Amino acid sequence: MALQETAVTRRLQNVKNIVLVLAGKGGVGKSSVSTQLALNLYNSSPSAKVGILDVDLTGPSIPRMLGVDDKGVHQSSDGWVPVYADGPSARLALMSVGFLLKNKGDSVVWRGPKKNGMIRQFLSDVRWGELDYLVIDTPPGTSDEHLSLMEHLAGVHGRLSAVIVTTPQAVALMDAMKCLSFTRAVNLPVLGLIENMSGYVCPCCGEISNVFSTGGGAEMARKEELRFLGTLPVDTELVSVLDGGHEPSGGTEQAEEKNAAFPLLDRYSKTSSARLFTEIVKGVLEVLEEK
Amino acid sequence: MGDAPSPDPKSIPSNAPEHCPGTESELAGKSDACAGCDNKDVCASGATKLPDPALPLIKERMSSVKRKILILSGKGGVGKSTFTAQLGWAFAADDDTQTGIMDLDICGPSIPTILGIASEQVHSSASGWSPVYVQDNMAVMSVGFMLPTAKDAIMWRGPKKNGLISQFLKDVDWGALDYLLVDTPPGTSDEHLSIVQYLKESGIDGAVLITTPQEVALQDVRREIDFCRKVGIRIIGLVENMSGFVCPSCKGESQIFRPTTGGAKRLAEETGIELLGAVPLDPRIGMSADYGVSFLDEYPDSPATTAYLDIIDRIKDILGDN
Repeated sequence: MALQETAVTRRLQNVKNIVLVLAGKGGVGKSSVSTQLALNLYNSSPSAKVGILDVDLTGPSIPRMLGVDDKGVHQSSDGWVPVYADGPSARLALMSVGFLLKNKGDSVVWRGPKKNGMIRQFLSDVRWGELDYLVIDTPPGTSDEHLSLMEHLAGVHGRLSAVIVTTPQAVALMDAMKCLSFTRAVNLPVLGLIENMSGYVCPCCGEISNVFSTGGGAEMARKEELRFLGTLPVDTELVSVLDGGHEPSGGTEQAEEKNAAFPLLDRYSKTSSARLFTEIVKGVLEVLEEK
Repeated sequence: MGDAPSPDPKSIPSNAPEHCPGTESELAGKSDACAGCDNKDVCASGATKLPDPALPLIKERMSSVKRKILILSGKGGVGKSTFTAQLGWAFAADDDTQTGIMDLDICGPSIPTILGIASEQVHSSASGWSPVYVQDNMAVMSVGFMLPTAKDAIMWRGPKKNGLISQFLKDVDWGALDYLLVDTPPGTSDEHLSIVQYLKESGIDGAVLITTPQEVALQDVRREIDFCRKVGIRIIGLVENMSGFVCPSCKGESQIFRPTTGGAKRLAEETGIELLGAVPLDPRIGMSADYGVSFLDEYPDSPATTAYLDIIDRIKDILGDN
């Protein structure tokens, strides 16, 4: 059944690489890593085309992080048109359930079957077009969304891979291990491990505090023979940039700031995370080439 | 989205097709979407308008539990489990208070690690599954006690998770409890719908919502508030976690997760929900969780401990238990 042509394989036939961002635990930075991964892949070449699919159906955060949470998707004769975070250049396509809600505060209270249907539609009914990379942000756990993704993507399994995100704490590492067991059970190649929220630099004295401990990710990668892609410290600048792009306590929503086509990328490039992530993306690209 | 107005989510069975009209609907078993659904005949017979057979058993088991409190958050990693554990320890500090903690996070159970009982197993007896006791007056149930190794992933879809939740409520020998704290996974999906459904008759005393100060977390909490209102759960209040960080070296305070949109305070004002308090980020909280020791007992002098205790006190006040 794996190689049958389906609506999903037809829709994704021009998508070269599909990278799932997994974590097991919630709040370790899957969405911020997905966003950064997409932005860095976007930056990796002037013609790179990147898509992000936000499969966190009951807690979509990517639209906010890319500063497009006021946008909506349009229906065209050829399916849903994703939202382009970079405006007219149309190289960064995003699809999320967040775009389908009437109000930002609306909850999506769905059981598995409905989530499964939505995921299938995201893969088969969105006009993804040609993409070099499709980054898929997942919700915490190893449940309906993950199983549905693997099921619907079975026809393009050869182009799938995953990045696992963890924080250094024992509770997060435990969930990351579960997540790794999942990838092994479904035969999903893992590109590597990223340790997020590793240390925090005090803005007053520069002292590094290991808010959520440190080093656990590298240790896990070594034991499990995974490539360790890198560590990212807690970066308050990044939190602000992804929260809505306003400097301390801006308060209100997006002020008009339309001087550049993609101001978020400029703001992101100035963060210290952006520099560290360049190395991580190098690693990701290396492994993808080898494949 | 092209969907018809969505039916009451509580009445959709976990194995229903995507466009299930809801089992209590007039169209149950008769709509186009019902063709091929395993429940079609049952729905068409009208039996689904009758209550779930597990409910009386749950009700009986829960009749000896005085207070049932849900810990919710929408977003992951904001400190639900840590808060649940502290709340549990604080309640159980009184020898006469019987406390239970039920971990509904089936794919990522952290409660056993946080409480330092990760290597324990559940035993069954004539009166059901025996929970694991952290101390004489603190019983815990988690799927973490049922896995062969901590590495094992539970790859379950909704229906299996719901089955286990129902068992946690009806088959666990909770005994007489003053408080049952229910720790939930992130989101608003199967686990949340199920617990609400199963405890409908016994009654949920309220939910405590946990958030962190940044907008992406608050966004998810707004959804959780919407969920509570939809299903009719009383919200006891909001807790802002990881609110500010005190550098252990220079004692300077800074914001790790900047409240770019006014934080939980503003959200509380907007929604008319009480802000129970804000807990600063103390690296020792996460450390205590990793080692499975009570932060409140280990570091009584930390500002975070004071914040936790004030919040817990306020919760008791609101419930009328002080």
